[in-house]
This record gives sequence, structure tokens and C-alpha cells, in this order.
Amino acid sequence: MSVLVYINSSTGIHKSANEAVTYSKKLGGAVTVITNGGCDAVTLASLGKYGADKVLVDRSVNSNDDQQLTRMIATAADSVGATTVVFSHDLTAKAVAPRLSVRMKAGLISGAIDLPSGDGTTKVNVFSGKAFGAVKVNTSKKIISLLPNSILPEATGSDCAVEDFNGNAGSTNVKVITTKKPEGEIPLPEAELVVSAGRGLKGPENWGIVEDLAKALGAATACSRPVADIGWRPHHEHVGQTGVAIRPNLYIAAGISGAIQHLAGVNGSKVIVVINTDQEAPFFKAADYGIVGDAFEVLPRLTEAVKKFKG
Amino acid sequence: MKILVCISKAPDTTSKIAFTEGNTKFDENGVQYIVNPYDEWYALVRALEIKEAQGGNVTIITVGTAADEAVIRKALAIGADDAVRIDADPKDAYYAAVQIAEYAKNNQFDLVLTGKETINYNGSQVGGMIAEALDTPFISVATKLDVNGSTMTLEREIAGGIEVVETGLPVVISCAKGMAEQRIPNMRGIMAARTKPLQVVAPVSVEDLTSFVSYTMPDAKSACKMIDPSNMDELVELLHNEAKVI
Repeated sequence: MSVLVYINSSTGIHKSANEAVTYSKKLGGAVTVITNGGCDAVTLASLGKYGADKVLVDRSVNSNDDQQLTRMIATAADSVGATTVVFSHDLTAKAVAPRLSVRMKAGLISGAIDLPSGDGTTKVNVFSGKAFGAVKVNTSKKIISLLPNSILPEATGSDCAVEDFNGNAGSTNVKVITTKKPEGEIPLPEAELVVSAGRGLKGPENWGIVEDLAKALGAATACSRPVADIGWRPHHEHVGQTGVAIRPNLYIAAGISGAIQHLAGVNGSKVIVVINTDQEAPFFKAADYGIVGDAFEVLPRLTEAVKKFKG
Repeated sequence: MKILVCISKAPDTTSKIAFTEGNTKFDENGVQYIVNPYDEWYALVRALEIKEAQGGNVTIITVGTAADEAVIRKALAIGADDAVRIDADPKDAYYAAVQIAEYAKNNQFDLVLTGKETINYNGSQVGGMIAEALDTPFISVATKLDVNGSTMTLEREIAGGIEVVETGLPVVISCAKGMAEQRIPNMRGIMAARTKPLQVVAPVSVEDLTSFVSYTMPDAKSACKMIDPSNMDELVELLHNEAKVI
């Protein structure tokens, strides 16, 4: 068995890439990474630590063009005789994996949260995190798109070989005009710790106490939909059904009531802490730890406690 | 411009999620189906706005059984010209995508719009699959679409940022929040939807690539542990020693 794993290395190697390689290693067999763009060979070689036997890099492909990436990955899959292709379930995978599924006639498991089980099915999130499905692939080849934070990266090996590769990616039909990157240090879908706040914070000028706690914890910041809609916070911070779906280890929500649409975006979190003045807030039903209190008092107190704990 | 908008039914957001037949089938008992919100609020409404600005035709397509016609009429009430139902009960995204691609190919659509995902299967698969089958570009999770002749200018979310791109026609686009504002159907729209053309088309023969074998529910949350708001040291201690997340 041979596994090919696609890594988006355009902004370096993220934790999600190490997760996807660890996952591929655990599937068994040889693991080849295919990537593109300008990431340096030393950085790419580090994927060997997580289980890659070899990294192939097509430096002629410098875009997010889904047609080019699909052709490149299909060429690599043919070249190494891959029976399974693994993606980290990010925005690139959501565009490319379905195309590759059609091109390779390989069943796509979208949003996998675990390794395949003994009966050959793989567990995925369905109904916006309210249930799990067991998916079976009916074809000899398969594609698995792994949700971030589903497996712990394990660095047990050493650096691996990095080879230039010609993926015959062809030309692009999409012209990139500009690219805007938000300033956020930790991409929200990958963050292990997230501090989030809602309308209970009363105004954008009060976000300092949220950012202070996030900084003390090393967490990413997020917000509820109304807060993004009225422009207190940028849209890329909005978690929930119509925003970003996240599954961090710890989600701290202050001044968010916990409407069902918000829960749909965060119910995959391992531990949820809810801070709200209203003890009837529905979010407490989904929480592991609850604090009935004023966010303006509780958040700074929690920040101090975290600082003290971290010494 | 000929625009094809792909819609899927989805259980109302507040529906109770449960399974029957030994956890192999979604329990539809008492479930109210709606048009998948991403398909309706963003894909369909943006298609109508484009048509209103520069003319053209908006066709709704779904792959579903006769029971799904109520959902198609709901979408027609918002304002499309006509609808197509591919008469099948799709079991996977590939099956549905091939059916839609086949129809789009035979009827020469310029623009094919989908929602970014359904709220029940969250797969984000159908749009990309249609694009591959049609061999067109696929602009995924687009939050803005401007049409200038045959040039489409789009904003899309990419890993860690936003990209502004330009592409020609035909193209497949999956639509996300920001694309358009939700519209509420008015009485005239609801009345007109009853008589709008709804064509039923036989499916082409396709093998499913995947199947859902069974479903499980997450373990019930244990009761929320309440912490004294003045004692945040206790919370930190619990997060470290009990929950082991910090």
C-alpha cells in the first residue's frame, strides 16, 4: 500500500500538515508527500520526522489554482502508485479533493476525524457536528480529508529526502489579482486554544480583556456572528454555522448565549468554558465548566490566574 | 447569462437529529426540510441579483425524489425562472454531482452556483466534482462575485486569508456568507412558484463512490461544572489537572 499526502506549504509547514503525515503513516505502507510552491527543502525534509519517506515538490505551481493542483496530485499519485490520498481538510482540500475524486474515480471521505476502523469505515462529522457518520469507500482507491485537531502529530523519525517533481500541472484559468492575509498569528481552524466573545462585551473597545486572556494562554481569538455582523470584529474570526467551524482542545466563550447556530461551529471542542451573566443562557448546557458572572470581572481575573499558573 | 443554481434539501437548523433502522438512516420523523441555507441565501440570491442587473435566466436544479418538490417550490418562491429535478435519491455527492454536470453540459450553462456545503453532510464536495466533470475552474467558498461581461471577479477564502481572483466563463462557484443578503419570499413569489415550470429528468447511470454505513451520536455531555466567579485559580487548576487542556 502506498499513501500520498498533499501538503499546502505556501506559508510553511503547519501543525495540520504534521497531523496529515502522522495519519498517513498510521494507515501503513510508504508515505510520499506532494507539495508545491517555494517552501525551502530543509523545512520540507522535516516532514520525515512525522513519517514521510519522501517529499515531492513541484516548484512551478505557485497558486491555489484547483485545476493545477488536481493535475499535479493526480500525476504524483500515478507516479508512486498511491491507493490512498490524504489531505488536511482545509480550504484548499475542500476545492481540490472533490476534483481529484472525480479524476481518479476514488471515493472521497470528507472531514474524517479518526483512522479507518476494523470494518473499513471511517468516522466523519455530520449534521454540523451533531452526529458522526461511518463512511465506506466502494472504489479501490480512496481520498481522505482529515479534520485538523483529530490526531496528535508524532515526531518519531528523521528528516527525509526532498525531490523536485514535475506534476504536469498545465496552465491556469484563474488570475490572482491580490491576496490579503489577516494579521492573526494562529489560523483559527488549527488553534488548540480559542478565546471567544460575543455581544456581552458591549463594544469593540472592550476586546482588550479578551486579547489579554488569549495572549496569556497562547490562544487564538474568535467571536460570535452578531459581533462580526456589526463590525466589532473581522469576519474571519466569526465561528459558527455560517462562519468557521473549529474543534480546539479548549474553547472559552464570554458573553455568548450559545444559539444553536453558534454551537454548530464549536461543538467539536474538547472542553468548553462558558462565562455569562445569565445563568439561563443555553450555552451552559453544552459547557464543561460554567461561570455565572460578569465577563468584565471574570476575564481579567482568569488572565491573572493563567499568568500565575504559567509563572 | 444562463445561471444554474444547485440546491439541496436540509433539515431545519432546529431539527432534532436522530437515526432509525439500527442507526443506518436519518430519522425524518417530524423533520421539516428547508432549502440548504448556503444554497438559498448566497448562491440563489446572488444569481437573482445578477439576472436583475443584466438579464438572463436562473434555473434551479436538485437531485431528489418527488417528495423534494416542496423544497424546490420554496426556492422558486424566492424568484428563479424554472427548476429541474433529476429523479433519483442520491446516496453520495459524486452521484449527485455527475447528474448535475450532465445536465449542465447538455444545456450549456455559463455559471453554475452551489452553496459552500450542506448543513447536514458538510462535505463541500458537489461543487468541485461538477467543475472537474465539466473541466472548468472552481472558485470555492467565494464571498463576493462581480460580473463584468464574461469576466468574473471574485473574493474567496483561502487557507489563512482572502484572495481576489478573475476568471472567465463557464465556471463553477461555491458561495459563502458575504455573497448576498437573505431574501424572504413574498406572497406574489409564493403564488408564482406554484405554476413555474418544474422539469423532471431521468438520471444517467452512475455508481456511488462512497456510502454512509451507520451513524452515531456524540456521548452526552456530563453536567456543566459551575465555578465560583471569584475563584479563577480553581478553573485554571481544573483545566490543567482534570481536563488536561492547558
